[in-house]
Formats: sequence, structure tokens, C-alpha cells
Amino acid sequence: MEKAKNIYTDEKLLKSLLADKDVTIEEDALEHEMVINMGPQHPATHGVLRLVLRLDGETVVKVVPELGYLHRGYEKMAENMSYYEYIPHTDRLDYTATMCNNVAYVLAVEKLAGIEAPKRAQYIRMIIAELSRIAAHMVAIGTYAMDVGAVTMVMWTFKEREKIQNVFDRIAGARFTTSYTRIGGVASDMDDEAIAMTKKFLDELEPALVDMDKLLLGNRIFIDRLEGVGVLKKEDAINYGVTGPNLRATGVEYDVRRAKPYLFYNEIDFKIPTYTEGDALSRYFIRGDEVKESAKILRQCLEKMPGGEVMANDPKRVLPHKDEIYTKMEELIYDFMIVNFGINPPVGDVYFSAENPKGELGFYIVSNGSGQPWKLKIHSPSFCNLQVLPLICKGQMVSDVIAIIGSLDPVMGEADK
Amino acid sequence: MDFKNLLIEKTKNIFGNSLEEVTDFRNDLCFVFDSEKIFELAKFLKEDPELSFEMCKDVTAIDWATRKNRFTVVYQLYSFKNNFNLRVKANLKNDPPAIESVTSLWKSADWYERETFDMYGINFKNHPDLRRMYMPEGFEYYPLRKEFPVMGIPGSLPLPEKND
Repeated sequence: MEKAKNIYTDEKLLKSLLADKDVTIEEDALEHEMVINMGPQHPATHGVLRLVLRLDGETVVKVVPELGYLHRGYEKMAENMSYYEYIPHTDRLDYTATMCNNVAYVLAVEKLAGIEAPKRAQYIRMIIAELSRIAAHMVAIGTYAMDVGAVTMVMWTFKEREKIQNVFDRIAGARFTTSYTRIGGVASDMDDEAIAMTKKFLDELEPALVDMDKLLLGNRIFIDRLEGVGVLKKEDAINYGVTGPNLRATGVEYDVRRAKPYLFYNEIDFKIPTYTEGDALSRYFIRGDEVKESAKILRQCLEKMPGGEVMANDPKRVLPHKDEIYTKMEELIYDFMIVNFGINPPVGDVYFSAENPKGELGFYIVSNGSGQPWKLKIHSPSFCNLQVLPLICKGQMVSDVIAIIGSLDPVMGEADK
Repeated sequence: MDFKNLLIEKTKNIFGNSLEEVTDFRNDLCFVFDSEKIFELAKFLKEDPELSFEMCKDVTAIDWATRKNRFTVVYQLYSFKNNFNLRVKANLKNDPPAIESVTSLWKSADWYERETFDMYGINFKNHPDLRRMYMPEGFEYYPLRKEFPVMGIPGSLPLPEKND
């Protein structure tokens, strides 16, 4: 007891700890409802999600998710740095799809400041966003299958993802924390070798997807564990603000790339896969279908990609190229001004959202005309999707909770911000 | 008449002066509305068959620090039927800041309002479960208020003391 006094300085906490130090459970726990704690350190919760479950035997009566174990205060940090400085922090939101976050953030700032990137830069952004989407879905499918017992799958999907990381290494110089986009364009051009690598990856992806389907769908245990589990109804999904694949698996054909086209998605021909079942199995299928659609988009982008510049010519607001900074006076001055004082967008506020692998990632930025955002709010899809967890876990078995979390595919880096 | 004008006209006809301002910056339509009547507006926007803003995408707040009405609550709404994003803002006049909760209309607002309460200390009246979302229970500050330092406040979280 003396030890406890030394460790816990908070009097309230100490008092409540001491109050129940002698409590023992005398009855048989299985005859009554019991409360168990799952996470935050649990291999199947995809990070640090903590669920407090109330169980009746093996049936879930109620779930209370507790978030905040990975809260780093990115919204607070954004208010104290310039718009350019914030780009690397967007990598750390949904760390399985870093490029998608980069693209969504710079598009939001460009909307606020009224900058338009050159066409080639926009096509490169589409390519990296779709590559990133495939990579994220590969992680999602792999870990999901592993959670429900099909451990081989994760090796196969990570093999494909590895090739995408190599493409990113070639384009951005980093495999994981890419920070590749810039306000008004992208950091560097996509060279021929990167394009060849992407094409080779796509050629190898299609047979690999067939193999993966064979591996999983020939497995009765996988199907039996997922079919009819965690059913989410269309109305509930809308009411709870679910977006992305989880919404489309319930039958709502809503995709930001189609509803509010950004970049050049309106010039690309692609389908929006939807399912009507809304169960865990359909959420698996929809991710597989989206990978196929992304491959289709990638092939069209590579074919249609025009030549030209990758950074907009807007000296006061867009960073000049390093070569020019080192050799020319004007560019050096602009670089100094942008880095030290920021790009000063006009007073106002905008909301921009892009379709990320997990759902709709939105940025709400309020500018007061200075170089730093007055407020930046991240509408993170994982956060919204997790909110529906108590609803769909109710009445399921405790082992199904694992399958449901995997099917919703949250990334805690994004949910906790 | 396109949807934007229809929306403005309809809201003006019903609520009159409660609709304080309509802005349209970068093609984002935004209503500034009386914070006392926000629930009525939300109910109207959601349940009107022509408008049907079925999804509440976000609830957050802005801390203006030096203005007289310091806090503004911001709602992002979406209508699937019309494929339209609407932003509604309400300037809070009361101190301590409080506003009616819209959780009974949109379930999604539950966690958004908890997050806003956690970060700004805005009290959402009639919210079913208003607790902190990210910060630990018993934390005494509101981190996204402008007076809260980025580095944090030393001693605001209980830490284990060193053993002798």
C-alpha cells in the first residue's frame, strides 16, 4: 500500500484504487454478464483501439470503444506551422495510404488559395493516389484474413505492396513517409523508369489477384466466419456517417471521385463497385473489386498522362525548384519568403474532401490571411467508421468482434489524429 | 432555379432573420445561423423531402480568441439526393459556451460533439453521453482553445513519481 502511495500521486485515483482492493468475486462469473477489456494492446485491433465489452457468455451485449491512445494533437500543431510545413504530418494520419493523404491535403490548400497545378502534376497525383489505394487495400485484406485465421494471405498481399513501395521509392525517394506532393504540384517528375515499374506491377497484379481469390474463397472457414456477420443497414450507415468501402458495401453508390470529381477523375472511365448485403464478407469483396478498378484507372492515367511541368508557375505562392534557388536571386527571395512567412491565402474557410481507401478524408481549413492556418480540422474516415462498431457488434459472438474490426479496417493513426 | 437558390429561398422563408448571413466562398455555401434555433434548422434541413440533408459529416468549432462571441460551432452536412455540401455556422453568445445537440437527428454527431466538447469545452445540451473523446478523464484543460500552449501544460497529466 505504501508503494501504491508513492506511484499514484493523484489523490482521487489512489482513493478509488484503494476502495476496491479487497473486492473479490464470489459468484460464478459465467452465470452473469461480465465486462472484459480488449486492447489497446491487442494484435487484432489494428493499432491502439480499446474496446470495453459487456458479455453474456460469449455473446456481446454492449461495446464501448475508447479512443485517444494515439492522439498526437495534429490539429493543434497545424495552427502553429505554415501550410508547407504540415505536408509531412499528413503522412502520419493514415499511414497505410500516405500518398492519398498528401494529395487530399494539398488539394484542400489549393482550393483555399486558388492555385491550380499543371495537368501533368494532376495526373501524377492520380497515379500515386491509386497506387496508394491498392497498397492500403492490400494491407487491409491481408491483415483482415490474418485476423480470422488465414495467415498465408498476408504474405501474398504484402508481396504486391512491396512493389508499390519500390515505385514510391523511385518517385518520391521514400518508401513509407513519402511527403511527395507540394502546394501547386508535386516534388519531382515521374521518370520513365517509374512508369515502367508501375506498368510491370500492374501486369503482375492481375494474376496475383486471381490467386488470392482462389486461396481465400476456396476456404470454407473464411466464408463461414464472415458471411452474415456484422450486418450494417443502409439507413444506419448514412445516419452514423460511415463513408468509403464500408458505405458502398451497404448499397449506397457514393464515391467522392464520382460525386464531386477532383483532379481529372471525370475524364477517367471507372465503375463504383457496390454490394447490398452490408456484412463482413461483402466488405472483403468490395476492397478486392476496388483494387481492380484502381488498376483500370492506373492504366488509363499512364496512357493519358501529358508532358510538361509538374509545378505551377506562381512565384509568390509555389516553391521554386532547388536548382533555381541556388542559381537565381529572385527565386532565392521567393523561397525565403515562402519558407519564413508562408503563402498567406485569403481570409475565408473551405472544406475539401477526397476519397481515401478508408473513406472520405476531409480538411476544413479556416484562414485569417496569415501564413498559418487559424484552424485545421481533419474529418477522418476511420473515426467515423468506428462509431458504428457498437451497433453492429451487438448480439454477435466475441470472436466475431475481431472479424468486424478487421472488416471496418480502421487505422488508429487517423482515428486519433 | 438551381438547388443553391432554392435552398437559400426556402430557408429564408421559414426562418427569416434567424438566418443571419449567407456566404459562398470558393463555391462552398455556408449559412450563419442563430445558435438558439440550430436544432429547428437541423430538423428542417434533414426532414424536408426536397432538401434531405441525410448525412452530418462533421461538427467542430472555431475559437476566435479575441472576438466578443468567442466560439463558432461548424456543421458540415451532405445531401445524397442533391449531391450538395452545406456548411452551417452558429456563433455562440452565451458564456460558458453551450448549444443544443443534434445527436438525436444524426447519430454521427455523437462522437463529433464529444470531440468538440473535449477540445473546446463547448457544452452540447441533451447529448446522451458527453464525455471526453481523446484526452483522459479528469484532464482540466481544453487543448484546442487558443490559450492552451502547443507544448502542453506541465503537471496537467498525473505522472508516477520517482522512487527513493
